[in-house]
Amino acid sequence: MTATSSAVEAVYRIESARIIAGTARIVRDVGIAEEIAQDALVAALEQWPEDGVPDRPGAWLMATAKHRAIDLVRRRETYARKLAEAGRALEDVPPPEPADPDGIDDDLLRLIFTSCHPVLSTEARVALTLRLLGGLGTDEIARAFLVRESTVAQRIVRAKRTLGRTGVPFEVPSGPERPARLGSVLDVIYLIFNEGYAATAGDDLLRPALCEDALRLARLLAGLMDREPEVHGLAALLELQASRTRARTGTDGTPLLLAEQNRARWDHLLIRRGFAALERAHALGGAPGPYTLQAAIAACHARAARWSDTDWPVIAALYGRLVAVAPSPVVELNRAVAVSMAHGPGAGLALTDALLDDPALAGYHLLPSVRGDLLERLGRGEEARAAFVRASELTRNARERELLLARAEGVSR
Amino acid sequence: MPRYLTMVRIDEKNAPAEGPSEALMERMGALIEEMTKAGVLLDTAGLTPTSEGTRVTWSNGEFTVTDGPFTETKEVIGGYALIQAKDKAEILEWTKRFLAVHEPYWTITSEIREIAEG
Repeated sequence: MTATSSAVEAVYRIESARIIAGTARIVRDVGIAEEIAQDALVAALEQWPEDGVPDRPGAWLMATAKHRAIDLVRRRETYARKLAEAGRALEDVPPPEPADPDGIDDDLLRLIFTSCHPVLSTEARVALTLRLLGGLGTDEIARAFLVRESTVAQRIVRAKRTLGRTGVPFEVPSGPERPARLGSVLDVIYLIFNEGYAATAGDDLLRPALCEDALRLARLLAGLMDREPEVHGLAALLELQASRTRARTGTDGTPLLLAEQNRARWDHLLIRRGFAALERAHALGGAPGPYTLQAAIAACHARAARWSDTDWPVIAALYGRLVAVAPSPVVELNRAVAVSMAHGPGAGLALTDALLDDPALAGYHLLPSVRGDLLERLGRGEEARAAFVRASELTRNARERELLLARAEGVSR
Repeated sequence: MPRYLTMVRIDEKNAPAEGPSEALMERMGALIEEMTKAGVLLDTAGLTPTSEGTRVTWSNGEFTVTDGPFTETKEVIGGYALIQAKDKAEILEWTKRFLAVHEPYWTITSEIREIAEG
């Protein structure tokens, strides 16, 4: 059975992360590892159309890549030159570890932590992660993030050089730096998801697909780090947020708020998966981290058959815990909304009053927008109108501005 | 990113009488684990035989209920998987891997249907 090049490439996309990871364990440099992995792809493209796809294509690619990697390491001079190009000296690179057939999971984890290393800029971490772990091509990453392909290519090249130059070891961090390093990985995945979530109708389809790319990465990480609650918390959060995708836009393409969404269009398979991941996070014990808490909030919404069934006191309490572990004025504002739903607009307004002087929210249209709503519910019409108008001045979104002005209009005099 | 439902179709009369071998179940388990960890497999299950199944048909405003086995159809659905894959090429590759865990004496088809979104 012969193979088309698209079939070969599909195999490569499925296997590439593992091949790069396994090769990186030998050559100790992700840039060189990726080159070798791509050499293996070229070999497959040359041989498989003639000989047919091998019974275990992943193993074929891995063996091919590992042979080349071992060959390279044995030819010290060539290896030293390649490392020098990557900004490293042969003496500084630890020798390859003995082969471990069950170690591929460890190697994948090493690859994830390396591509999300904080020495890299956020854009670099995102590009490198999508490239090395997500199986996306440079052109696909560029289209998904609305930047030029050359920009992404440079980002990736520079990222690999930075990793080499700063001598970042190919390892999974342990010890005191581990929580922050894990946080960096989770943040990168969440960032990718949010970029996809922000896509609007008419965007290149690769943009909303970033949500699924992030979901697959989160699930991958959950499989590799089964005992880390926040990893399951992130996976839960993404499954639950993704569950609303089909309900988020109205028939005319306008975005719908949670209160307006047709919940019959929520994806219940993803909701179930989100609940399962959240339960795993809780079962592992310990104080819930920020992603687990956000997932718990999303789960509350998912459990409500209708907006009016929402358990606001629980959500308000969860926001209270979230603000304690991950303080942020935006989270505090969300807490104010939840508190207003649970305990009345007056209670919510008191919390927003405390945010008025926060410079971080100075240009944030949602603060006056929320205040407008609370003031209207309290019968303070003049102030409500002023707040909605203020919010309309701060938003850069034309439709949002229209809606806010309409609300200002609609406040009873 | 598209989602696909894959339905495994098998001729119940020609399936191995003793069912799947232990080795097959092991290989299947390993593949399911691999696909789950890759974040690609959303759901999967085997179905009990059609001898235990029932069909309900609605036609002209009336119900007809028929108990299995359904011998007039050559192939019946033995199981399903829900898979999130980037494109057709990827779902084809995963499906081939699933079928390839079966020994050569099996004749088995997997029908791939993309789930209609929106």
